[in-house]
Amino acid sequence: MLAFKLAFKNLMGAGLRTWLNVSVLSLAFVIILFYNGMIDGWNRQSRRDTIEWETGKGQFWLPEYDRYDAYTIKDAHSPLSEEIQAEVKKKTLAPVLIAQATAFPQGRMQGVILRGVDPEQTVLKLPASALAASGDTDYAIIGKRMAETAKLGVGDRLLIRWRDKNGTFDAREIQIASIFKCDVPMVDKGQIYLRLDVLQKMMGMENEATLLVAGSGFGNKTLQNWEFKDTGFLLSDIDKIIQTKKGGGSIIEGLLLIIALIAIFDTQVLSIFRRQKEIGTYIALGMTRTEVVGIFTVEGAAHSILATLLGAVYGIPFFLLLGNVGISMKAAQMTDIPISETIYPYYSLSLILVTIILVVISATIVSYLPARRISKMKPTDALKGKLQ
Amino acid sequence: MKKIFLMVASALLLSFSLPDANMILDKVDKNMSSKNRIFESEMIIHGRRTSRTITSISYSAGNKQSFTEYLSPPREQGTKMLKLDNQLWIYSPSTDRIIQISGHMLRQSVMGSDLSYEDMMDDRKLTEIYSAKVTGNETIDGRNTYILELVAKVEDVAYHSQKIWVDTERFVPLRQEMFAKSGQLLKQTTLSDVKQVQGRWFPMRMVYKDVLKEGSGTEFRITSAKFDQVIPEYIFSKAALKQ
Repeated sequence: MLAFKLAFKNLMGAGLRTWLNVSVLSLAFVIILFYNGMIDGWNRQSRRDTIEWETGKGQFWLPEYDRYDAYTIKDAHSPLSEEIQAEVKKKTLAPVLIAQATAFPQGRMQGVILRGVDPEQTVLKLPASALAASGDTDYAIIGKRMAETAKLGVGDRLLIRWRDKNGTFDAREIQIASIFKCDVPMVDKGQIYLRLDVLQKMMGMENEATLLVAGSGFGNKTLQNWEFKDTGFLLSDIDKIIQTKKGGGSIIEGLLLIIALIAIFDTQVLSIFRRQKEIGTYIALGMTRTEVVGIFTVEGAAHSILATLLGAVYGIPFFLLLGNVGISMKAAQMTDIPISETIYPYYSLSLILVTIILVVISATIVSYLPARRISKMKPTDALKGKLQ
Repeated sequence: MKKIFLMVASALLLSFSLPDANMILDKVDKNMSSKNRIFESEMIIHGRRTSRTITSISYSAGNKQSFTEYLSPPREQGTKMLKLDNQLWIYSPSTDRIIQISGHMLRQSVMGSDLSYEDMMDDRKLTEIYSAKVTGNETIDGRNTYILELVAKVEDVAYHSQKIWVDTERFVPLRQEMFAKSGQLLKQTTLSDVKQVQGRWFPMRMVYKDVLKEGSGTEFRITSAKFDQVIPEYIFSKAALKQ
């Protein structure tokens, strides 16, 4: 307790020097929290959006299907069994048929993926009900990105060409029924959604699908001939991106922390050099060397506690503001990364605690390292203020 | 009554005067197909702003084996393409690698032209894949032609139906239109500069046009055509790609 009292008394006595160190350390603390909070917010948003729009609570794939290999699409289709059809009726499974095609917007050629979905499905957030309109026209829905690249609007007609299951060319015009806004590029870019039965007919693949998206009510059932892919597998790309971003961010955070810690280290070295008489007095008064080392270590580590408090003073209002306003990510939306227009940072208790512990421990270590020198000092020389 | 009789009579007369479509197709196949062939050609790709000319030499045997080497421009020089059955490999000298083209990549255009790799690969005889009927006559560039409508009789065919205009004397197609299953016109080919080569009539200039795409199409000019030659077997091997 004495060590703490002395430490804070000395810190306050040091005045500006202490506050400069504390300010730099608090800045590092706030930036670490800000960056990680932003990444966590992005992670939560992209996972939620990808589950809602693309993966559902898991998917059933045919063994031939590989989402990274476009060559597999041609052969990956299978009839829907009665068991699957019953689940589709219960709206716990959403079958999706995938086919490759070429679209010709304004005479330009553009490779597209056709996805057949049930207009009544509720497993995915996709506004498939817009496909339910009947008549001779084949309606399609597309995402905002696709609409922008192909310069299409609601009501526009688009000529598409594809090859059926036998490889025979076919072509027809479709009409854009709706344009949806989605933050998952895989759901949007180069994708055209048609009614499942329409695409099945176009491809000559009646009652067939490429994959089945499971909804929350599906449970843990298994389906013959289909392989279940859980969300861990389906979201592994996002996890990898987040890990990469965190790795990149940790370099900047580390540099910032090192700058702050060097300042504390420097202050400690200077303190021990200038306060030799004080050290000698402590020992003369009966303190052991370890106790004196403890006082100086606590003094250095107390910087981190003050930094946490200072960081809280300006960090809490700043984080609350960001939590309400968010961070604009419009530029990043043009990439293939699932990211919303605005990210709302997420500060979990574990993140805050881990960051505080990181700052306190690292400040304690850099305070202890120069303080070790005290244990080698001769008390008589220290009392005289002799350089050692 | 008289009118109906006249119409029926003229229709019957027309059907009797038109030759058998399969016979025409057979003659077309005899002109267009051969045991093997060596072509030196120029492919002129008309883009939106400029045109590019690519020269090549190609060796083909039946409809299963084909080897093409691009001779110019310098950027494409040395690029080689080998087709064996349904497989296609491309060798690029800049990367010194052989890449197999399959799946949807076969539908990509060849060097930005209006021809896809699949178009170049599918060269089965028309009589093997289409049922034909003669629907009329027309004159193209001063040549009388039969108009034939072809409908696929096999399932694995790229174009469900075609319409071709065949020269009545030389039995060479002068125009070809390819249709989707829905009846949508997809591609048009105009064939001209018909010359007699080794006893057969052959069009030395072809213009391919993907009608769904903007642009003036791709011109294919044959500068030298040799049929039924002795082509060494090693030409149709992957080893030849890197030579």
